[in-house]
Amino acid sequence: MMSPIVLLLTLLVLSVAGYYIGRRKALYVADAAGGLSKLHSRPNYYGALTALWCCMPAFFLFVFWLVFEQSIITSLVVADLSPDLRNLPPERLNLFISDVRSLASGNIVSGEITAEMRAAASHYVDLQGIGKMIVGVIVLVAAVAGMLFVYRHITPGLRARNQVERAVMALLIFCSTIAIFTTVGIVLSVLYEAVRFFRHVPVTDFLFGLEWSPQMAIREGQVGSSGAFGAIPVFAGTLLISAIAMMVAVPIGLMSAIFLSEYAGKQFRAVAKPMLEILAGIPTVVYGFFAALVVAPVIRSGGSQLGIDVSSESALAAGLVMGIMIIPFVSSLSDDVINAVPQSLRDGAYSVGATRSETIKHVLIPAALPGIVGGILLAVSRAIGETMIVVMAAGLSANLTANPLQAVTTVTVQIVTLLVGDQEFDSPKTLAAFALGLVLFVATLFLNIIALTVVRKYRERYE
Amino acid sequence: MSSSKNKSIAGASGSSRRERTIDIVNRRLAKRYRIEKRFRFYGLCSIIVSMVFLAVLLTSIVSNGYSAFFQTYVRLDITLDSAMLDRENPGKSNFQAIIKQSINKLYPEVEDRKSKRELYALFSSGAAFQLRDLVMRHPDLIGTTVSLWVPADDDVDMLMKGYIKRSVAENERRLSDRQLGWIDRLADQDRIEKRFNVTFFTAGDSREPELAGIWGAVKGSFFTLLVTLVLSFPIGLAAAVYLEEFAPKNLATDFIEVNINNLAAVPSIVFGLLGLAVFLNFFGMPRSTPLVGGLVLMLMTLPTIIIASRAALKAVPPSIREAALGVGSSKMQMVSSHVLPLALPGMLTGTIIGMAQALGETAPLLMIGMVAFIVDIPGGFTDPAAVMPVQIYLWADSPERAFLERTSAAILVLLAFLVLMNAAAVIMRKRFEKRW
Amino acid sequence: MQEVLKKKSLEKRVLAPRESRKTIGNINVQNPRMVCRNVDVYYDDKQAIRKVSIDIGRNEVLAMIGPSGCGKSTFLRCLNRMNDTIDGCRVTGKILFDGKDIYDSSVDVVPLRAQIGMVFQKPNPFPKSIYENVSWAPKIHGLAESKAEADEIVESSLHKAGLWDEVKDRLDQPGTGLSGGQQQRLCIARAIAVSPEVILMDEPCSALDPIATAKIEDLIDELREQYTIVIVTHSMQQASRVSQRTAFFHLGDLIEVGSTDTIFTKPSHQLTEDYITGRYG
Repeated sequence: MMSPIVLLLTLLVLSVAGYYIGRRKALYVADAAGGLSKLHSRPNYYGALTALWCCMPAFFLFVFWLVFEQSIITSLVVADLSPDLRNLPPERLNLFISDVRSLASGNIVSGEITAEMRAAASHYVDLQGIGKMIVGVIVLVAAVAGMLFVYRHITPGLRARNQVERAVMALLIFCSTIAIFTTVGIVLSVLYEAVRFFRHVPVTDFLFGLEWSPQMAIREGQVGSSGAFGAIPVFAGTLLISAIAMMVAVPIGLMSAIFLSEYAGKQFRAVAKPMLEILAGIPTVVYGFFAALVVAPVIRSGGSQLGIDVSSESALAAGLVMGIMIIPFVSSLSDDVINAVPQSLRDGAYSVGATRSETIKHVLIPAALPGIVGGILLAVSRAIGETMIVVMAAGLSANLTANPLQAVTTVTVQIVTLLVGDQEFDSPKTLAAFALGLVLFVATLFLNIIALTVVRKYRERYE
Repeated sequence: MSSSKNKSIAGASGSSRRERTIDIVNRRLAKRYRIEKRFRFYGLCSIIVSMVFLAVLLTSIVSNGYSAFFQTYVRLDITLDSAMLDRENPGKSNFQAIIKQSINKLYPEVEDRKSKRELYALFSSGAAFQLRDLVMRHPDLIGTTVSLWVPADDDVDMLMKGYIKRSVAENERRLSDRQLGWIDRLADQDRIEKRFNVTFFTAGDSREPELAGIWGAVKGSFFTLLVTLVLSFPIGLAAAVYLEEFAPKNLATDFIEVNINNLAAVPSIVFGLLGLAVFLNFFGMPRSTPLVGGLVLMLMTLPTIIIASRAALKAVPPSIREAALGVGSSKMQMVSSHVLPLALPGMLTGTIIGMAQALGETAPLLMIGMVAFIVDIPGGFTDPAAVMPVQIYLWADSPERAFLERTSAAILVLLAFLVLMNAAAVIMRKRFEKRW
Repeated sequence: MQEVLKKKSLEKRVLAPRESRKTIGNINVQNPRMVCRNVDVYYDDKQAIRKVSIDIGRNEVLAMIGPSGCGKSTFLRCLNRMNDTIDGCRVTGKILFDGKDIYDSSVDVVPLRAQIGMVFQKPNPFPKSIYENVSWAPKIHGLAESKAEADEIVESSLHKAGLWDEVKDRLDQPGTGLSGGQQQRLCIARAIAVSPEVILMDEPCSALDPIATAKIEDLIDELREQYTIVIVTHSMQQASRVSQRTAFFHLGDLIEVGSTDTIFTKPSHQLTEDYITGRYG
């Protein structure tokens, strides 16, 4: 039996060998034909072509197996099950199969282990072993065959360079399309599950319902009962926390950028800029911990001193810390756009005797406004998509309130709580997370596209 | 009307009127400078707010976390009675009983079961494992008495570090007065002290704070990032090279660009949903593993790396390209042997920064089940594993006071790694910064 | 900031450390508006201008000519302290404006620049309406407290800049929408609006076509009656057309000063002669 790593390494070794063999052959045929100049391409290209033929087909076979291994083996195992089991309803059968799988991989099984399950699992393991063996052999044979195929075709007239370059180009194009595949993957996966959710809960109920309590839905016989999946309180909470964050981040970030680019001396900049970068580099989980550990208690005790009742998971704490997290983001984007304003405009303002702040307020900011707005939109998109701070510092219960001292919940918090822990697939509770994910993706996509277009247009204006 | 006319054409008129213009300007100056000063002050304040916040954040984490690097240990004199230990197969012995025996010897007056339970609670259950390891390594110790420093329970640790106050009423304290007396006795006999917490750097997760360590998460992060790096660097490089050097300017490449820029701004949790739906549910890859985590983080960091790499390629001056093409190399040769080597440092810098981002990322990994409680230290890409930020999240959720300091300490470890990576990026940028 | 750095590196031509060359010709005028004595300019530690001394008279147009990088623009920017905005720029020597040293620590650049306006090489109207472009500076200085006053200033400034008839129907449209020549005249109107005494022009026509250039040159001639004008130009024809006095700069030194007629008909210094006869530059 061969582990995937060993197999890949063998493949690599074979390819390197293929390279040298191909190159040797090229040199040999060149000699026979009367010198290197008779070759169409440099000998290295013949080597590279051989190596490509050696590893590419074999590698694709291998990836193909990796992707479909599980489904092939599972269908084989199911085919060999007793008829009683095979005729189970699909959900039960799926449960059984996932138990078999975890048993086969040595994990803990949720239900009790029956003899049949044990047999199926050992069958599963056997098949896995056989499969690995077969695939290992096939992959190696393919590699050697590919190598020999090219080796035999190496002649001085073989256009090796063009073929290698075409292959490399195909690879480059494939790599650059991964971004598209990712987007398509996101859209399809989220949309697919969301559509299944909307079969349980009507879209309108989800988008306009005023009550959100997904936990109720997992009770027996109450599949997605009406009213439990109204997402308005969740959206409102998200907006409330994002709004608080933006109220902190936009003025502070913008003023920081202005101060750094227009007022600060070299030394001050040399200290302050890296500091903002540190702030930007701190993982959000750290901010979340800090919000829950320090900021929320401070706000709570401050509130109680004033005689105000503040929730320990107040929107204010989460929003405040999120705002601080976004400051460097706003600041660096504003810095970019303010710096893109040509010096000649500053000169024009200074030459009529304007002070710095007059120049900034009346000339620079109006000139940079589209860029700044674009940056703020990107920041909003970040705020509504931010997860860890709100998971750790904001609440779980969906209150429909505009009071920043109360606990609210957000889209991302709900996605995390619905999907972490024991999942039941097909339950509306799990699917609701994908519906929320869809809303989140669409909203941020919308914001991002507007923002990116605005910023791009702005840059073109001053370039 | 007439006065304004005077002002506006003052330059043309006699000198007395000219004075007036400058007088008007001067009269307003004080007010304008006040506004100027205030504006400048707001700017300075903004920066100071960020600085203060950063300072508060770091100090609160350091002050909460540094104590976790030390741990209270208790010295026990343990008689390795051959009657209780099987020389042939020492691993099977009841080490818990041996530990309890040595505790009893220290406190002969404690007799009833309830009190004994209270007494045993002062010592970590890790003591038995420690003893077992010792005996397995040195079977010849059987029959002798050894003096062994074993970890104390986390409540004792918290007391020693001053987080559990003796002044608090007994029923609100996690340690009873009686237990405090026993601890004081240990202190009188020099049997209790704080030592460097090796466990924290060598162990995996545990329900017992005194036995919990970050090493499992560090290894998990390492494997995850390795997957991310191995996939995202070559793919990102290839994509950047294609888009920057070869791509025709058409709708398709425009579409790719929009996609990349948008993906860079898509919330990370959405990538987690993708990973859950595609990698786990569709392809049936194993949950909680560095392999899947690495794949998800790869998709997430790819846009960052592509954008940075394109910037690096853009910075290579066209003259070098023209020179290469001028001596008759193909475009592919020009890129691979002239442009890439010059752009590589910039690409590597971008990749390191992308990796640092991935190292701190939590949300998408929650989606693919990396929040499971995992004690074992992962040994490969398909072992269930936690990563550092997720470990921090899990510990932050634990109610024990001792986990609070461990959370902060884990944050310090994570920040140390991030500082290292960013420093590497800065140094690389400085070293290879070229002026053409 | 980047723009500033770029500009800096452009002007940071390295001059070999050496003594300044003596200026030929009469640097003095009767009843001068500005007096410059021994002005040195450094960018960080590189010297760009060496011991330049010259008087600037009232109601005259002084043209400064010389090959690129000779320091004429740098010197011009010293006259209203625009060099303050460039990091690392240092000016020594004396520049007196109506008898007062403008580099004295007690002097405030804001009112100074209100008195010594500037027009730049590239037209740089603000991203505002034509009306606001002109009225903004008077407003911030308090010269136009009311709408009527502002209207008055806008109209008279645009008149003087010869732009009123072309734009009077579209004052609320953005200044950036005008043609290059109109934009430059708008910038001149902007400078006039605060009633300065001196207007500095840094190659104001280099970005314009010949027709627009001719209009600006006519305008300069008219403006001379009310203002002192210092103009930096690359074009010797322009210098000879618009100026009364000419100063020739070369590699940071002021080589020769004299009436425009003298400089262009019988220059005293070999370098001046070489330059105006087109042997280099």
